[in-house]
Amino acid sequence: MKLDSKIPQGPVAEKWSNYKANQKLVNPANKRKLDIIVVGTGLAGASAAASFGEMGFNVKNFTIQDSPRRAHSIAAQGGINAAKNYPNDGDSIHRLFYDTVKGGDYRAREANVHRLAEVSNDIIDQCVAQGVPFAREYGGLLDNRSFGGAQVSRTFYAKGQTGQQLLIGAYQALMRQVNAGTVDLYTRTEIVDIVMVEGKARGVIARDLVTGEFQRHFGHAVVLATGGYGNAFFLSTNAMGSNGSAAIKAYQKGAAFANPCFAQIHPTCIPVHGEFQSKLTLMSESLRNDGRIWVPKKKEDAEAIRAGKLKPTQIAEEDRDYYLERRYPAFGNLVPRDVASRAAKERCDAGFGVGNTGLAVYLDFKSAIERLGEDAIRARYGNLFQMYEKIVDDNPYETPMMIYPAIHYTMGGIWVDYELQTTVPGLFAAGEANFSDHGANRLGASALMQGLADGYFVLPYTIQNYLADDISTPRMTGDEKEFVEAEKAAKDKFEKLLSIKGNRSVDSIHKELGLVMWDFVGMARNKEGLEKAIEKIAAIKKEFYSNLRIPGSGEGMNVELEKASRLADFIEIGDLMARDALHREESCGGHFREEYQTEEGEAQRQDDKFAYAGCWEYQGEDKAPVMHKEELTFEVVKVAQRNYK
Amino acid sequence: MEKNISLTLKVWRQNGPKEKGRFETYKLEEVSTGSSFLEMMDILNEQLINEGNEPVAFDHDCREGICGMCSLYINGRPHGPDDDVTTCQLHMRKFKDGETITIEPWRSAGFPVIKDLIVNRNAFDSIIAAGGYTSVSTGGVPDANAIPISKIDADEAMDAASCIGCGACVATCKNGSAMLFVSAKVSHLALLPQGKVEAARRAKNMVAKMDELGFGNCTNTGACEVECPKGISISNIARLNREFLKAKLQD
Ligand SMILES: Cc1cc2nc3c(=O)[nH]c(=O)nc-3n(C[C@H](O)[C@H](O)[C@H](O)COP(=O)(O)OP(=O)(O)OC[C@H]3O[C@@H](n4cnc5c(N)ncnc54)[C@H](O)[C@@H]3O)c2cc1C
Ligand code: SF4
Ligand code: FES
Repeated sequence: MKLDSKIPQGPVAEKWSNYKANQKLVNPANKRKLDIIVVGTGLAGASAAASFGEMGFNVKNFTIQDSPRRAHSIAAQGGINAAKNYPNDGDSIHRLFYDTVKGGDYRAREANVHRLAEVSNDIIDQCVAQGVPFAREYGGLLDNRSFGGAQVSRTFYAKGQTGQQLLIGAYQALMRQVNAGTVDLYTRTEIVDIVMVEGKARGVIARDLVTGEFQRHFGHAVVLATGGYGNAFFLSTNAMGSNGSAAIKAYQKGAAFANPCFAQIHPTCIPVHGEFQSKLTLMSESLRNDGRIWVPKKKEDAEAIRAGKLKPTQIAEEDRDYYLERRYPAFGNLVPRDVASRAAKERCDAGFGVGNTGLAVYLDFKSAIERLGEDAIRARYGNLFQMYEKIVDDNPYETPMMIYPAIHYTMGGIWVDYELQTTVPGLFAAGEANFSDHGANRLGASALMQGLADGYFVLPYTIQNYLADDISTPRMTGDEKEFVEAEKAAKDKFEKLLSIKGNRSVDSIHKELGLVMWDFVGMARNKEGLEKAIEKIAAIKKEFYSNLRIPGSGEGMNVELEKASRLADFIEIGDLMARDALHREESCGGHFREEYQTEEGEAQRQDDKFAYAGCWEYQGEDKAPVMHKEELTFEVVKVAQRNYK
Repeated sequence: MEKNISLTLKVWRQNGPKEKGRFETYKLEEVSTGSSFLEMMDILNEQLINEGNEPVAFDHDCREGICGMCSLYINGRPHGPDDDVTTCQLHMRKFKDGETITIEPWRSAGFPVIKDLIVNRNAFDSIIAAGGYTSVSTGGVPDANAIPISKIDADEAMDAASCIGCGACVATCKNGSAMLFVSAKVSHLALLPQGKVEAARRAKNMVAKMDELGFGNCTNTGACEVECPKGISISNIARLNREFLKAKLQD
């Protein structure tokens, strides 16, 4: 496998301009002759599909939900970054670039990150033109807030519903193209395999989730914008349908899977509270702007709280340990997510946790309410507070919220070069599905930025450079042997799942996988645990293929069958994550190996050995994958120990 | 405090769009009042699978009240017996021990049943496709701060834009009208200078599509506003009517 990152020539700040100046383009008459398949209608997929349609390509766009507007992106709360520097607080493209590389703990490719920062401002302009109702000040101009990992206010937001508003903007642009006839939309349709013809991606096999029928679709190029794979943990902040299946199919067809172990644990989620729990709810990071995180200073207070004998409001100010402010005076409650998560785990493991399980810390708005008034806090976070109250049945204006870290985002994903093309020619990956820009840790409000950058402003250029050589490739009908064979293989897989006829539901096995992932491949990992995880995941795989029960048949809608095929792929991902985590003998960003920490418990990178992206190549069913390295070189950013003190 | 309750569930089961549906009754023991309504449905499904039966199909995804995918008529109310929530945000503490809960799909001509509790809401997408956007393509747009927008208008647009497209308004309306949904989109865009440019045309096209797809007329019963989980106000319908009238006058 050859990993050619195709980084353009020139200084990092000029690479993207150089690329655009020299790339190949497709003229309007030829665009009409070219078909592009876009899988996914989240921010990355919808923005790409809409833009391709506007440019004149023929687009087929797929989603497993009943409407493009319901993609998981809809749930993003806090905001989207851009280097506009409207508040005049010292921001710039360079600073956004620098913060992102640093925040990612120096495990991202400089050239890609710089491009991301460059196009960030265009995204905000585009969204405003679409009618995205970003928050404004009384003067009529856009408002900004600050987010973890940055010392400037560069985050644009729409109440606590930024993802919703951005996605609706992209969705509307997409529906405009559906109306114009440039985009064919396939809802409740799942891509179950990628079709390869003469070494290139030339289409997909889809399954209609309503009828159970299989379909063959041709495309000159295929874009995967299928989101992240955090649901391998069963419990995560992701939507129930978020999955890693398309990524695994790509991997099995020869696309490298990069840095699978880089998963982000978000520090501010509502704690787990029972075994029936189906997902975890995020409380936006923006809350850390005004909320202060603490646990009791005294163990006996923590114990009394856990036993229900003491209320947090009864703990005196001097008996509270605002541990983030104490440990990281420069950033305080706004340290990056990985740092905040580990600090919470450290306090809880040491016996200072609260809630009935002891696996929770407080996020307190008392000082903010005293400073700004309850109305101001309500205006900023009203919907989040309401959400919290509905779930926990507790009023956060009066009692501090309880939070605990949970799996939230996956930085790892399908390896892509500078053009967002995978190691499979003609197969592209965008949004959370690729590994591109966040290194080992993503900063808050940067996923929305990346998804829309990829879809609106990167792929519309780079895909032309690929398609320019394809203008005389005729459309295929879908009856070619490659399509027929791929469809048969996909059908066989579903038949195999249906024929197991064992005793266990999909969810019961998924929960088992999730526990193994959380215990051994979660916030703190070590060699022994990871080796154990690999064994346990193999056992779960065996159990899955021998004892799974799916009622009903493959005809018509069968939700259990859908879930089963996704779980089969989560098992592969779990294995890959554990292997990657085991091989990476360092701590960086979201990947914390207990063996590699400073005396103060901070992550310790091993730059001399691991300054690379670990890219896994599939070797066949039940064979150990092979790892290749994309070495990372830093021309601009000075690699240093991250310091938020 | 949390406790466990026992329930009797009367659930609508329907094998496919053309099949006849029926109610099935199930008993559930030991459901924690701390669990969400959909987690209670998960527990039911786990029980059904273990008994060798087909689980109940229902729509859901985000489980935090924002994607609009969950639906359900619960004891005769869309999104169940709590205000300002979607079904996924409803918790079992709203129910009593021993209670019988009736669970049905959205019932509306515009939303045919696909299976059990799942309905087809593609009509909403078609209405948006008919005009629910600003006609701008990617690139070549002015700087985001080029046009100042009054905070009051921006906030009001945001309120209208909060619609999650769930369809509760249609399901609860005796006429099966989609006016609240359509008006939310028309208002969101008409309130902003970027959307105002084509506001009248948008209103006309969206209403025409809504009529074409078989949604009923609005007779101002106001039921939609009561059941909307996002508090979308019927004042938006007045604004839609104004834009619609403008379009008619321009014709
Ligand atoms: C609760 C929450 C809050 C967040 N808040 C923020 C925030 O404030 N700021 C920020 O920057 N980021 C935030 N994030 C992260 C961000 O929302 C996501 O990373 C981002 O939206 C992912 O977008 P996407 O387009 O890559 O994928 P998604 O939005 O996940 O979309 C995936 C799409 O692919 C489709 N799909 C998947 N598999 C298949 C298949 N096999 N066949 C067909 N279709 C398929 C799905 O139907 C869907 O349309 C948040 C995430 C969560 C969970
Ligand atoms: S207006 Fe309210 S009830 Fe109707 S679709 Fe929108 S959110 Fe749902
Ligand atoms: S599942 Fe998303 S709103 Fe209920």
